[in-house]
Amino acid sequence: MTKSEVKLLGAWPSPFVMRARIALNIKSVSYEFLEETFQPKSQLLLDSNPVYKKVPVLINQDKPICESLIIVQYVDDVWSSGPSILPSEPYDRAIARFWATYLDDKWYPTLRSVRGAKGEDERKKLIKEVGEGLTLLEDALNKISRGKDFFGGDQIGYLDIAFGCFLGWLRVTESLTGVKLLDQVKTPCLAKWAERFCAHGAVKDVMPQTEKLVEFAKMLMAKMAASTPN
Amino acid sequence: MAANGEEVKLLGVAASTFVCRVQLGLNLKGVEYKFVEQDLENKSEELLKYNPIHKKVPVLVHNERPISESLVILEYIDDTWKVNPFLPSEPYQRAMARFWAKFIDDKVLLASWTSVFTNDEKEREKNIRESDEALKFLEDELKGKFFGGEEIAFVDIAAVYIAFWVPLIQDIGGLQLLTNEKFPKLYNWSQEFLNHPIVKETMPPRDPLFAFFKARYDNLIASK
Repeated sequence: MTKSEVKLLGAWPSPFVMRARIALNIKSVSYEFLEETFQPKSQLLLDSNPVYKKVPVLINQDKPICESLIIVQYVDDVWSSGPSILPSEPYDRAIARFWATYLDDKWYPTLRSVRGAKGEDERKKLIKEVGEGLTLLEDALNKISRGKDFFGGDQIGYLDIAFGCFLGWLRVTESLTGVKLLDQVKTPCLAKWAERFCAHGAVKDVMPQTEKLVEFAKMLMAKMAASTPN
Repeated sequence: MAANGEEVKLLGVAASTFVCRVQLGLNLKGVEYKFVEQDLENKSEELLKYNPIHKKVPVLVHNERPISESLVILEYIDDTWKVNPFLPSEPYQRAMARFWAKFIDDKVLLASWTSVFTNDEKEREKNIRESDEALKFLEDELKGKFFGGEEIAFVDIAAVYIAFWVPLIQDIGGLQLLTNEKFPKLYNWSQEFLNHPIVKETMPPRDPLFAFFKARYDNLIASK
């Protein structure tokens, strides 16, 4: 496939965009990365994702695909000769999809709301929930990996991608709150998994540096504070 | 136990559209299963054992292994029982089917539900608008008899809420969320869908469900 046939519309801070990039990297797909401008949203974004107007959008031979996990599955389906992303067994696939849904519907929204917490009590409560989620994920990793390096086994797979993309923002939250969330004592397997994930060939060039993300988060928070009426 | 020795159990309740999706999925594939009715006010040990994280229905238990989340369960059913596939084999069409099923969960469900079950008139107006916008996307997306073309498929199953629950709750709330005038293709789809023999036999009885939701609605209005 020539480079211009596959395009990914995205934004460097977005964990969801990272999912798509990791999937394409695993399959060694050449693609053109288009950094979305946002203010205002580009015509390409509005045309290719009229429903949600969000990134990532994968455009393959002029056909747009939206929603990060759907993109990851699509990449797995199209470039089927590359290393598999979804597990091969239906039950293992269901478990991977279950946890990915949990991450998107429950865990990440809780992590995000830590930054916007109103008051110390609310922040503490949310941090506790994030920690409880990590304990569940530690347990899941132990069961699913069957002693191997990743949720996907010897290689990173769907759930590694679905979860690992949030590590940058997890570190940002640790930095901003001063609370260690991914604890080597409480969740030793996850802590080791996180290091391996971030060092992986398909991940390391697309994982943003924590310092840059912290700066970006601070800028976002300042903007929000400025636009919130008193 | 099903004919080939497999054990398939579905933990659920009649009122839930998510449970109904799974029943449809199993029935469309001709899979024999045992329906285990749950009391959500008094959750069973079985439910807590099989879905400790969310403690919700539906839970499909196949040979003692539990799967939760209705769309995850539907994909599992499609992966496991190969007859009458719900998802297209072509990757782009598969992605589109997954997209629209998720869209129903993200954009249709809560908005249409909240349009009825709220005491706040501003909330109601906002949600009616959102529900209209979402249903318009689906109206435009519908190209054939069903979302799956000539046969019921993944998106149709996910959309059972629109065919059966929306008309019910709009009657209760005195709203017009899905009508022939507003969304002719979608309305027509709902009639074709509900008339499908397997769908007909899968839907819960309307009257008890109506009474159940009407009671909730009346309680809500009374609490104003």
